[in-house]
Amino acid sequence: MSFDMLFVFMLTVFLGFELISKVPSTLHTPLMSGANAISGITLIGALTAVNLSDAGGVFSHVLGILAVIFATINVVGGYVVTNRMLAMFKKKDGSR
Amino acid sequence: MTPTTAHATMVMVTSLAYILSAMLFILGLKMLSSPETARRGNLVSATGMLIAVIFTLSQAGLDFKWIAFGVAVGTAVGVLAALKVKMTGMPEMVALFNGGGGLASMLVGWSEFHAHPDFSPVFVLVSVFLAVLIGGMTFTGSVVAWGKLSGSLPTRPILFPGQHIINGGLLAVTLGVGLLFCNNLYPDATATYVPTAVILSLIIGVTTVIPIGGADMPVVISLLNSYSGLAACAAGFAIGNNILVVAGGLVGASGLILTNIMCKAMNRSLTHVLFSGFGTTGTTGGNGGAEGTAQSTSPQDAYYVLEAASSVVFVPGYGMAVAQAQHVVRELADLIEANGAEVSFAIHPVAGRMPGHMNVLLAEANVPYDKLVEMDDINQTIDTVDVCIVIGANDVVNPAAREDEGSPIYGMPIIEADKARNVFILKRSMASGFAGIPNPLFYRSNTRMIFGDAKATLEALVEKFKN
Repeated sequence: MSFDMLFVFMLTVFLGFELISKVPSTLHTPLMSGANAISGITLIGALTAVNLSDAGGVFSHVLGILAVIFATINVVGGYVVTNRMLAMFKKKDGSR
Repeated sequence: MTPTTAHATMVMVTSLAYILSAMLFILGLKMLSSPETARRGNLVSATGMLIAVIFTLSQAGLDFKWIAFGVAVGTAVGVLAALKVKMTGMPEMVALFNGGGGLASMLVGWSEFHAHPDFSPVFVLVSVFLAVLIGGMTFTGSVVAWGKLSGSLPTRPILFPGQHIINGGLLAVTLGVGLLFCNNLYPDATATYVPTAVILSLIIGVTTVIPIGGADMPVVISLLNSYSGLAACAAGFAIGNNILVVAGGLVGASGLILTNIMCKAMNRSLTHVLFSGFGTTGTTGGNGGAEGTAQSTSPQDAYYVLEAASSVVFVPGYGMAVAQAQHVVRELADLIEANGAEVSFAIHPVAGRMPGHMNVLLAEANVPYDKLVEMDDINQTIDTVDVCIVIGANDVVNPAAREDEGSPIYGMPIIEADKARNVFILKRSMASGFAGIPNPLFYRSNTRMIFGDAKATLEALVEKFKN
């Protein structure tokens, strides 16, 4: 399992290089904030950390809740601000 | 169905949902390759995130009351910040969001370890450690970057004696703790390793970003962006979830590419940006032929030149953002265009405080994106340009980068504004740029300085055109 994950990681990084090198420099700021929102995927880990099994006790629970808060800020804020920016990019005739 | 098969089915459905999310993330990033599809791409990516979250929540045994609380707080803060932030403040905002992501990954790693301290295999321990280390560094590093960008901290590099030794020592201690932790050498002390790593990583984040100057922030933000992805990735390894690995890996790659582009645009290596304290006062080099007297002109005389010009290029820099001059720049550009001249905007990759900063500001001011020209393209035609107007940019148009081998920025690619027939430089004073390097462009015979607040100068020019 663990080596399968490393394999996936390797492929993803190469795919990422290919994808991102095609993003024009005019969109680099929205790319960053959009990528930022994607890195908020750690929210998935945070959600599973806030569980009802008391393996980690209250401390683990609190860490999980804090993680949910920060990851949600990252995800929601990231997507909203990226959308706001991209809405401003217009061609000459006013269309997008 | 028995409860066990129901559970197995749910796990399988969730795994399929994660595959769909990964597809949508990839598709969303692909759609960012053109401004026409970019906005839809962002929505596609957001849909991927929503699907991943919904199916994660379908798992049994989660504490929904507290999850709802966390999501509500996070959403409120995120939406408010995203809608309130000014476009000039975007680098600060992205820095803070980055920091939040890093912190969340650190907490996930910590929480995971705290829940299962006993039977973790080495692979998981290494991942937990990396998630904590990278996440913590990203968090405090981003907060320091935010401080420098917003002016809460001095933007100049903050250096102290023995800096490299202290940073190296901190890193060595951290790696040592990591080795003990991952090999489980002293099981009795295991519980203290992770909190120790948390504290060390938070300190390292501060000490590594604080010696980097404000003008190098585009590199730092890109790198922190990459770290936040890698931290999520490490958290994914720790909890055994592929969707975190895929999404984190994509972001890690994205940040690395941007870091590389920024470094190339400054002709500096990443190590030089991170460790040299570039931009401290006392950075000297040749004076780059910066001698003679600069000639200044008034908005009135500049107007006559602009009125007769048939091609005009604007070169914006961070100073345009500071002066909030993007809207009046666009107004002037429209008037010059209505007067029959061809107008474009030449954007240097490191103009501003983050990659693409100028493009967003000009887009906000309704400048169509097809008028924004990249450095390499404008340089091919700049000798046919009648007037080049430099607004709040300095080092990115400094010909010393091309001509003076003694200059600290020698070799850096620049927008060759000096080759235009006339150059107007809107500037408060003769002061050097952030790197403290004299600019011989100011003394060229085809250059005229227009001193004063850039916004006021532009407004004066707009008035002249209107009358």
